[in-house]
Amino acid sequence: MDRRDFLKTAGLGVAGAAAASLIPGGLHAEAPQASTGTMAQNYPGVGLLGFGCMRWPMIKGPDGKDIIDQAKVDEMVDLALANGVNYYDTSPVYLQGQSEEAAAKALNRYPREQWQLATKLSNFADASRANSLKMYRRSLELFQTDYIDYYLLHSISGAAEFRRRFEDTGIMKDLLREKAAGHIRALGFSFHGTREGFDELMALHDKYHWDFVQIQMNYVDWNHAVRDANASYMYDELDKREIPITIMEPLRGGRLADLPAPLADQLKSREPSRSLASWAFRFCGSYPRVQCILSGMSYIDHLRDNLETFLDFKPLTEEELAFLDKVGGDFEKYRMIPCTGCQYCMPCPWGIDIPGVFKFYNDAIGDGTYVSGPEQEGYARMRRRYLAKYDKSIPAARQADHCIGCGVCVSHCPQRIRIPREMRRIDSYIESLKQETL
Amino acid sequence: MLRTIRIILAALFLVGITLLFVGIGLDWWGWMAKLQFLPACLALNAAVIAGVLVLSLVLGRIYCSVICPLGVFQDLVIRIRRTVDRKHSFKWHREWKWLRYAVLAVFLIALIAGVQVIVALLAPYSAYGRMVRAIAEPVWGVALIVPAVTFVLITVLAWVSGREWCSSVCPVGTVLSLFSRFSLFRPVIDADKCISCRRCEKDCKASCIDIDTKKIDYSRCVDCFDCFGDCKVDALKYRFAYAKTSEAKSSGPDRGRRAFLAGSALLVGAAARAQVKKNDGGFAAIKDKVDPERSETLVPFGAGSVKDFYGSCTACGLCVSACPNHVLKVSTDPEHLMQPYMSYTDGYCRPECNECSKACPTGAIERLERGQKATISIGIARVDYDLCVAGRGVHCGNCARHCPSGAIRMVEDAAGHRIPVVNEEQCIGCGACEFLCPSRPLSAITVNGLSVHQSR
Repeated sequence: MDRRDFLKTAGLGVAGAAAASLIPGGLHAEAPQASTGTMAQNYPGVGLLGFGCMRWPMIKGPDGKDIIDQAKVDEMVDLALANGVNYYDTSPVYLQGQSEEAAAKALNRYPREQWQLATKLSNFADASRANSLKMYRRSLELFQTDYIDYYLLHSISGAAEFRRRFEDTGIMKDLLREKAAGHIRALGFSFHGTREGFDELMALHDKYHWDFVQIQMNYVDWNHAVRDANASYMYDELDKREIPITIMEPLRGGRLADLPAPLADQLKSREPSRSLASWAFRFCGSYPRVQCILSGMSYIDHLRDNLETFLDFKPLTEEELAFLDKVGGDFEKYRMIPCTGCQYCMPCPWGIDIPGVFKFYNDAIGDGTYVSGPEQEGYARMRRRYLAKYDKSIPAARQADHCIGCGVCVSHCPQRIRIPREMRRIDSYIESLKQETL
Repeated sequence: MLRTIRIILAALFLVGITLLFVGIGLDWWGWMAKLQFLPACLALNAAVIAGVLVLSLVLGRIYCSVICPLGVFQDLVIRIRRTVDRKHSFKWHREWKWLRYAVLAVFLIALIAGVQVIVALLAPYSAYGRMVRAIAEPVWGVALIVPAVTFVLITVLAWVSGREWCSSVCPVGTVLSLFSRFSLFRPVIDADKCISCRRCEKDCKASCIDIDTKKIDYSRCVDCFDCFGDCKVDALKYRFAYAKTSEAKSSGPDRGRRAFLAGSALLVGAAARAQVKKNDGGFAAIKDKVDPERSETLVPFGAGSVKDFYGSCTACGLCVSACPNHVLKVSTDPEHLMQPYMSYTDGYCRPECNECSKACPTGAIERLERGQKATISIGIARVDYDLCVAGRGVHCGNCARHCPSGAIRMVEDAAGHRIPVVNEEQCIGCGACEFLCPSRPLSAITVNGLSVHQSR
């Protein structure tokens, strides 16, 4: 067991590290909800359920712009912390750049040692050393702290990108220095890409000693990833090197909480009262090298459901793991667009609602309202409803037919969806529906 | 009994026509609009014209009490007035011949001379349609003012003097009165029975019952049968006018229960359109499109020519309600006030759609079959290369990709950029290119109307 390394870096229960400027946490006398059971932990001190701060609810601000609904966030964080959710994953670019600030507002109400901060160096637009340092310092400043528990090189796909964004600019050296000084407790990266890219980064382990790695893992991507490396492969590679793993997209952008009926029925018939999401979380949590599973909870009810899964955590049996792997294979046969709604592609310069169009398309496949042709039962009604729902979901000027195929979005997509091509495919599908030439 | 039947039929027509203007039921009860007299005249729909005239000659101005939505609307106002003020009474007066024939003359001259504004303002069915549309899909400006003024005028007039509009102004009413004067069946006062209580006279919203002479002016009577309930001595009968004697006995008392069926019919029109929900996440701000300067107005496929179109349109707005692609809009141009024109800011004229041609009751838009659009050109697209993003090296071609007639092709210009060019002989003017052009607010590719539509 080489968890010692990890414990060292994670800084569990390290006293005296808290910054002096902390606001006392005594404001919260009432416990938000009585908890039953304790938060599952694969690594001592780290709650197995982590809070992904990428999908918080947005409301309209006084000037008409989108702002995070801070009251709802605070309420969720209160409940989460009270139940042992102590890992908070954010980034300077999430939620139109507001995620870190909202997370800081919610977390700074509690003593620093009660929560662990995971944030990222998201230097996509400007990878210069000056900009990267600015980004790093701003994170420390916002959270009024002098250390970050988990610092991630945000979304790299291989050695080439790593060199371009981190090595060549010299920022990697700065980060290693910060780590030695204790300002970064654990240094790792989040990954989206091919098996070759992953191998390249694993090869760098000897040089940089990754303290943890964040990968996309769920029972579909385990063995049935479309273009990227299978999660099972990456897990084995990390396990071999005893590197703790943080999981992102355990629900594949929520899609695994809303499965097509034939698949949902299989899960429900086994455990009728459990949510579909709970299966996906238990899948990830059953692998011991997983230290934290991030869930991008938007509503307190997501959190409540997740707590039910994690407070009384039951790992899956071998048979159940194999069953989910098979469900994952069947899921891929629906050929949905693997968009997780992360919004990295947004804003599209031409105004297209890319994740919205994909979600609409996938939802219809998932709930059985996809129109396959005139031979389908109830074709006329289904066609009418499909088109009406499309217009209702997406304003006309943001629909697929407005995509000019400029391709700016392609490099931003962590799932490497060929967005213009998919847009054109959906556009011709809708067009043939409208003209009834399907 | 007769009155109950009249009310039920009127309610059905009012609800049906109101729903049409809200955009519901074109395929099921679109025929109700086709029965409207003036539109049928403009459409040269001989069957409907003859039908309405024969109906008036046989049964009187039933049309005004049942089929005409503006008439039924006035009945609603009068009904409310009676509920509010039970003592209120109307008063008989002589037929105002000079006024009704003068209005009719002006109307006919305007119709022949093509002064469509006057025709559109006086046409009863169109006036009603504009009122409903103003509530269902309010747009600020003239499109709201004209129906608002109509509404106030008609409501006040009905409140104060009943069906005065129909008796003395409405040109359709005047035309029908020429026939109803001689109607075969009509309400007749039995002078022997009548006790001259004047209940019917005071209750007659058309002011057409003169108890002093025991006569009814059938040129104004709209066969509402309200007077039948008023008469305590059964002196009123609906019977064959040219029979020698009157029947001895009457049947069916129908007073008492008066189902106020049409009461809430108008509210149906107020059902506001569902709002488009804006999604979360960061969106690039996009400017709303604006209409370009067009050398000629765009009018729908099936209009034949701009002149023909505006010459036979009574501005009822039914096509605007029917257009699922939000292409047809109401004009505020004084020359074509309240008449529709085409705009490609919110959609384009889709190849599979023929809704406006199905809706139009006047024949201003001729009925088109599916796919027939491909054989007609209503305009020609042209490119403004200063605005075109492709000319600046952006990979685009969205116009060419969506052109349903294949009239736009991408070619290489001197700088090596792939830019769109239009084959004018293939372009039908549907506006797909203009609507889908990424240039905002003004599209780089826009359509100029053709004065006379061409075949392709």
